[in-house]
Amino acid sequence: MQELICITCPMGCHLSVDIDAQGEMKVTGNRCVRGEQYAREEIFNPRRVVTFTCTAVLPDGSLPGPSSNLPRRVPVRTTAAFPKERIPELLDVLRGITVRLPVARGSVVLERALGMEVNVVVSRSIGA
Amino acid sequence: MEQYDVAIIGAGVCGANIARKLSQYELDVALLEKEIDVSLGTSKANSGIVHGGFHDHISTLKARLELQGALMFDRLHEELDFPFERCGILVAALHEDEMRAIEQLYLQGVENGVIGIEMCSRERMIELEPKLNPDVVGGLYAPSGGILEPYRFVFSLVESARKNGVQVKIEFEVAQAERDGEFWQIQSKAGETIRARYVVNSAGLHADTISAAFGAERFTIAPRKGEYYLLDRTTKAKPSRVIFPVPTEVSKGILVIPTVEGTVLIGPTASPAQDKEDFATTRDQLEHILHSARMMVPSISENDVITSFAGLRASYGNDFYIANSEKAPAFVQVAGIQSPGLTASPAIGEYVKDLLKKAGLRLVEKPSWDPYVHKVPRARDADPYTLDTLVAQDPAYGDIVCRCERVSEAEIVKAIRAGHTTLDGIKYYTRAQMGRCQGGFCTYKIIRILMRETGMSWDQITKHGGNSAILKGSL
Amino acid sequence: MKQLTFDAVVVGGGAAGMSAALELDARGHSVLILEREDTLGGILMQCIHNGFGLIEFNEELTGPEFAQRFEEKVSARNIQASLRTTVLDIREEEGRRVVYAVSPSQGMMRIEARAVVLAMGCRERNRGNIRIPGTRPAGIYTAGLAQRLVNIEGYIPGKDVVIIGSGDIGLIMARRMTWSGCKVHAVIEILPYPSGLTRNIVQCLNDFGIPLYLSHLVTDIYGKDRVEGIEVTPIESGALMHEKAFKIACDTVLLSVGLVPENELSRNAGIEIQPTTNGPWVDSMLMTSLPGVFACGNVLHVHDLVDYVVEEAQRAGANAAAWLSGYRPSREIRIKTGSNIRYVLPARLNPERENRLYMRSLVVKNDVRLEVRLDGNVVRSRKLAHVQPSEMLSLTLGPEDVAAAGRDSVVEIALV
Repeated sequence: MQELICITCPMGCHLSVDIDAQGEMKVTGNRCVRGEQYAREEIFNPRRVVTFTCTAVLPDGSLPGPSSNLPRRVPVRTTAAFPKERIPELLDVLRGITVRLPVARGSVVLERALGMEVNVVVSRSIGA
Repeated sequence: MEQYDVAIIGAGVCGANIARKLSQYELDVALLEKEIDVSLGTSKANSGIVHGGFHDHISTLKARLELQGALMFDRLHEELDFPFERCGILVAALHEDEMRAIEQLYLQGVENGVIGIEMCSRERMIELEPKLNPDVVGGLYAPSGGILEPYRFVFSLVESARKNGVQVKIEFEVAQAERDGEFWQIQSKAGETIRARYVVNSAGLHADTISAAFGAERFTIAPRKGEYYLLDRTTKAKPSRVIFPVPTEVSKGILVIPTVEGTVLIGPTASPAQDKEDFATTRDQLEHILHSARMMVPSISENDVITSFAGLRASYGNDFYIANSEKAPAFVQVAGIQSPGLTASPAIGEYVKDLLKKAGLRLVEKPSWDPYVHKVPRARDADPYTLDTLVAQDPAYGDIVCRCERVSEAEIVKAIRAGHTTLDGIKYYTRAQMGRCQGGFCTYKIIRILMRETGMSWDQITKHGGNSAILKGSL
Repeated sequence: MKQLTFDAVVVGGGAAGMSAALELDARGHSVLILEREDTLGGILMQCIHNGFGLIEFNEELTGPEFAQRFEEKVSARNIQASLRTTVLDIREEEGRRVVYAVSPSQGMMRIEARAVVLAMGCRERNRGNIRIPGTRPAGIYTAGLAQRLVNIEGYIPGKDVVIIGSGDIGLIMARRMTWSGCKVHAVIEILPYPSGLTRNIVQCLNDFGIPLYLSHLVTDIYGKDRVEGIEVTPIESGALMHEKAFKIACDTVLLSVGLVPENELSRNAGIEIQPTTNGPWVDSMLMTSLPGVFACGNVLHVHDLVDYVVEEAQRAGANAAAWLSGYRPSREIRIKTGSNIRYVLPARLNPERENRLYMRSLVVKNDVRLEVRLDGNVVRSRKLAHVQPSEMLSLTLGPEDVAAAGRDSVVEIALV
């Protein structure tokens, strides 16, 4: 039996989830159908949108110094929710990526991240 | 090896005054400071008051130096760059039997020659200070009492001393000393050695340790903690004069101080500290402060508190111990400087100069001595037209980094170039990080400016040197 | 000194400032945005997590994505914005509203404007405000400062972190610090329930196994040069259980203990501030006690959703435009707070127009009714499944709701 809090709406129903021997799921504690859907996803395929920052580099390849108007970090995001247990792996990959400035919002920094149908894109236009 | 006529140990308000005084003569002087900046000891955590000269009996050294020192501040204010104002001091009696103590103080003030001191009726007290508790029964008024920013005072004294040739050696912690002919050979913890003919021990909390290192008198400095609360400048409880309660045996009491920069300081308490590094504030003492301060100014609200801090008094006996050592040659003791130390400090400078002369130091006046330091224009003090001119001369005046205290980038750069390369040093020089948001908005900007101006890397940025690193990693 | 004239000046170029400026511009008025950072966007620029814009755009954008949508509109419409500019004073000189501001490139600017929109946002409460005793070592930050350092400056403020306060900023930073390679040891909350959104409890704490201590108070911070640890004391039946206090070793303390609208400029200008919101008192047009000076966004009252900030700021901008064109409400009805309501904004209702009200509950409760009473009679009633103080409520009242209102009528909002 697992306990979850549904986060689909502000009610925050406390769900109890039982999975029987046949793999059938029974959800209780939800006040609407979305709770059951949420529980299903959370148990079998928990996913999260990941937001992170990548290292910014100037056009000449150097890093922005303290005199620069440009930030040292470029915020990025996954275009869809990503499998939770592979997030640490994703972050490791992102830590190795540099983004050359100027950059436009939406530019792809990592395509099909870890083989998933999810890209990682820049979430802020900088220097453009 | 560097060689000096005089080495002054401790760059607090006493050491700084002594250094500046000695810089008036043809002498090689070193001012040794164990911290990363000057004024980081008791001199940065006190009430910032120029006292009224009536708390102590004229027979005491501290009273005589207090009276002499108090008169020197106007000239120092003109020559140096620190905020100072004679806002007046009130001692308030809340009960009829406290009036007797008030009268004693008044008579003592008269005997000490304090100008303008008066006994006040209840009406006069409230007229002088409308924020006072209406139940006040009477009190005493010393119009010459004043307020200043102690760290600005020390910074400016040191700047003046430096300008006139004094060598300031920071991060020089005296580890050992030995006599070498006519000299003292002084070694720092980091292994640097210098020589000096004469030594002045103005090491504050550690004056006892220093005295022992030089084989001079054995005594013990007991650290006595004073905790304070700082209130927002917008508080409705800001008095226009410094308010004292009737003093006790052990302390002058918990004061309500309108600081010269517009905030309100309440405190200090007086309690024994665990050791000389015990700067923690405590819940009980802080509650005690609010309670006592409200007795003087009932409108004080805890909602106005923006921060609290503690200072340690270097407690030794009942009077200043300023004398040529009778055990160690060419060694001047400046120890046990509690209140009214700040007030007395300019006079202490004179007094120590005379002690050194008595001990054989030859004093030849330096004709090139310049008493003045450049007064740094501050955005907070500038009217729109002046600020416009400042920005035209230096665009960095137009970049207001700390908007709570209205501190421009230009002033932060000046602080850094004057040698204040820690967040606290910059804070004390400019007031950035001292306001309502307590550095919430400006800290990252100050870090950038520091890195840019000094070339420091992120791991070298500290709050006040030592292990007080601000950042633990770079992404 | 540069002498400038505009119909309106907007103080602050975040979500509120940009939204108000866009409305003023759309209605043909000349607008100048004054922003102290070197980009527009305000605090959103450091909020790199997603979750913004669910209501406004029906999307879950990151802070910068949300902000830049407005920034692009401001740019497309050629609305003037003066960056790195600090407003110093708002005054009245010879009957004219004047704003003094300074920037490195322009020097001092004296701007005459007939209308001013205040959109300065808010600041964070800090350790001094909540009076945690102890030492003053390096390593104590507000959550917002830590967020700026990590997300834009690229520096990690610490390695072993404890977070004080379970508001959203603290929760978001719990996740951010963990994703940045730090260990977050605990979140300490004084109330018996968390202040932040449940989704953040799940995604920022539960996902990482970070313990949340409810009904606990941090009673000491120790460490000589750098934080070494904190003392935490449980609260039982409202009393501090000192004998059950325990320590948590850490090198960093992040404070997420509340936001305060940044009204120093407003106070200095003589604008009346409401103690319940720490923001200006405003009438049905979101106009402050100073004629022609409007307020919106976090400077007016602390919001939880930027979507509402935008809505409110658009309204303020539109109202400022109407005011510039000579519109004045012919009369206003007083609004007062009833049971279980902490505040209602604005304080006045215009019986001739639609009025959008924002309010906060004093209680945490399920299945309540939001009631609007006109002179004691219920004119509107809405069922709410759940209310809590940290979730702002909104309500629109139109002329039809207050048709029966007279000269001295009073509208009361209550939760029952």
